[in-house]
Amino acid sequence: MKTSINQLLNSNHVHWMDAEGVRESDIVISSRVRLARNLDKVPFPHLLDSESGPKCRRAMDEAIEKSSYQELKHMEWLAFDQVGDLERQILVEKHLISPNHAGSSDSYRGLLVNQDGSLAIMINEEDHLRIQCLLPGLQLEECFKQVIRVDDAFEETLDFAFDDRRGYLTSCPTNVGTGMRASVMLHLPALSISGQAAYIFQNISQLGMTVRGLYGEGTEALGNFFQLSNQITLGQTEEDINSNLIAITEQIVEQERLLRTKLANEMKYQLEDRVGRAYGILTNAWLITSNEALALLSDVRLGADMGIIPNIRMDGLNELVVAIRPAHLQKKAGRDMDATQRDVERAAVIKEKLMGDKEVI
Amino acid sequence: MFCQECKERPATVHLTQMFNGNKIETHLCEQCAAQKGAVMFDIDNKFSISNLLGSFFGSNYNLPEAKPNAQASSCPECGMNFYDIRQTGKLGCARCYTSFERELQPSLRRIHGNRQHIGKIPRRGGEKVLLKRQIDKLKLDLQQSVANEEYEKAAQIRDQIKEIEKKAI
Ligand SMILES: [Zn+2]
Ligand SMILES: [Zn+2]
Repeated sequence: MKTSINQLLNSNHVHWMDAEGVRESDIVISSRVRLARNLDKVPFPHLLDSESGPKCRRAMDEAIEKSSYQELKHMEWLAFDQVGDLERQILVEKHLISPNHAGSSDSYRGLLVNQDGSLAIMINEEDHLRIQCLLPGLQLEECFKQVIRVDDAFEETLDFAFDDRRGYLTSCPTNVGTGMRASVMLHLPALSISGQAAYIFQNISQLGMTVRGLYGEGTEALGNFFQLSNQITLGQTEEDINSNLIAITEQIVEQERLLRTKLANEMKYQLEDRVGRAYGILTNAWLITSNEALALLSDVRLGADMGIIPNIRMDGLNELVVAIRPAHLQKKAGRDMDATQRDVERAAVIKEKLMGDKEVI
Repeated sequence: MFCQECKERPATVHLTQMFNGNKIETHLCEQCAAQKGAVMFDIDNKFSISNLLGSFFGSNYNLPEAKPNAQASSCPECGMNFYDIRQTGKLGCARCYTSFERELQPSLRRIHGNRQHIGKIPRRGGEKVLLKRQIDKLKLDLQQSVANEEYEKAAQIRDQIKEIEKKAI
C-alpha cells in the first residue's frame, strides 16, 4: 500500500494534532476549510453507477495529471473497495472523511490525501469533490489558501457546475454558493463548567454559525469539545465567511481564557482537585468507557494548559482523543473487540500515553 | 415520550443512527425536527434521514404533497423527479436546479433567503459572470450618479457599461 495512506491507517497520528507553537492551539484544537465541487454535466455522486462512476473518476485523474500543482499531483489515492469498514472508520476518527462516506465501498469513491493528512479530498461523497484542509490551532486563513489552490488547479481543466446566481451547485441545496464550510474544533472546559457555553451557543445561529459535538453525533459536547462552523454558504464571499468565523472564535477564546483565570483565582483548590482526580483515574483505571475518558481527558488538558500538571504534551493529548475511539483501538489490537474489551484496551492506551509522555513521573 | 429538544411536546419523529456500531436514537417533536432538519443534514450529512429531509423539502411548509405518480415531469439530464429529490434530500444533477426551479424555490429561500452568489467564480467559463458582475456594479453607480445629478459622470459610466456589454457578447 502507498506510504502516506499506510501511515494514516496504521498510526494514531495526523498533522492537525501537532499543536506545538501554533496559534491558540491550547483552546482551538484544529481548523478546517472544505469546498464542495461538482463536475458539470455529470450526475451527482449518489446517482453514479459502475459505468458513470469510473468515468467520473478518470476525468478527475486527467485533471490532476494535466495540473501544474505539484502538491495535488503528489496526493495518494485510496479507493474504498481496497479497504474494509475498519480502515474507513479509522479515517472518520481522524476527521479525514465523513461517517457517510465511510459507508461506501465502490471503486470510484474514496480519498485523495497528501503526506501528512492536512489536505484531503473526499471523492464522490455527497459531491464529486470535497476538498478539505485540516490544520492544528487557529489557521483558517492558511486552510483557505490551500483549498483554493487545489480548487484552482482542478479548474485549469475541469468545468465545475456553476450558476451565476446560485454559485457552485451542490447535490444538497444547503451548500450552494461558495460550497464552503469553515470550522474550528474548540476545547472549552471553563465555559462548559460555568454553564456559559450553552448560553453562547444558543445565540450563535443568529450569527450564521452552528455548533456540534466532537464527531457531530447528537448535540452533546463530549469532552467539552465544540465544533463551530458557518451555516451560510450563499451571499457571502469566502473571505467574509472565514473572517467572521475567526472573529467569533477569537471572542470565544478570550472568554474561555478569562474564565480560566477566574477559576484559578477563585476556585484554586477545587480546580486542582478536579484535575488531580482526573489524572489519577486515567493513570490507574483498568476499564474506561469512551465518554468517561473524554470527560477526564478534558480535565487533564485543562490542568496541563493551566500548569497544574507539568510535562504533558498537547499533541499527545490530541492523539489520545483519536486513539481511544473504537476503530483505532481495534486496529491497534488487530482484532474485533466487544465493548468491555475496548474499555480494557482504552484504559491501557491512555495509561501508556500519559505515563510514557511524562518525562518525570 | 416527550421531545428531547423542547421537552414539552410529544415526540413523533424518531431517528435511529448507527455510529461506530452504536445505535443512537433521537426523539423529537415535529416542530423541533423541522427546525433541526436544516442543521442536522447541513454540515456533513451525518444524518441522512429521508423523513426529516422530506419535511425539509415541503410537507411542513405548505407545499402540495408530492406523489410518485402525480409527479410526471423529470429532469431531462438525470431523470430524477421531485418526489425522488424529496425522498433523498439530494438533487440528481446540476440541471435539476433549473428543472425544478419552482419546486425548489421555497426551500432554497428558507435556507439562503434571497441572497445571490458573490463568492469565487470558476477560472474557466467564469469570464461572463465576472463581466456581468462588473455591469451590475456600474449600473448601481449609474443610478447613484443620476440621483446626485452628476450627469457627466453618468454618461461616462453608461459608456463603460456599453463597452463591457460588447465584450460579454
Ligand atoms: Zn420539541
Ligand atoms: Zn437532474
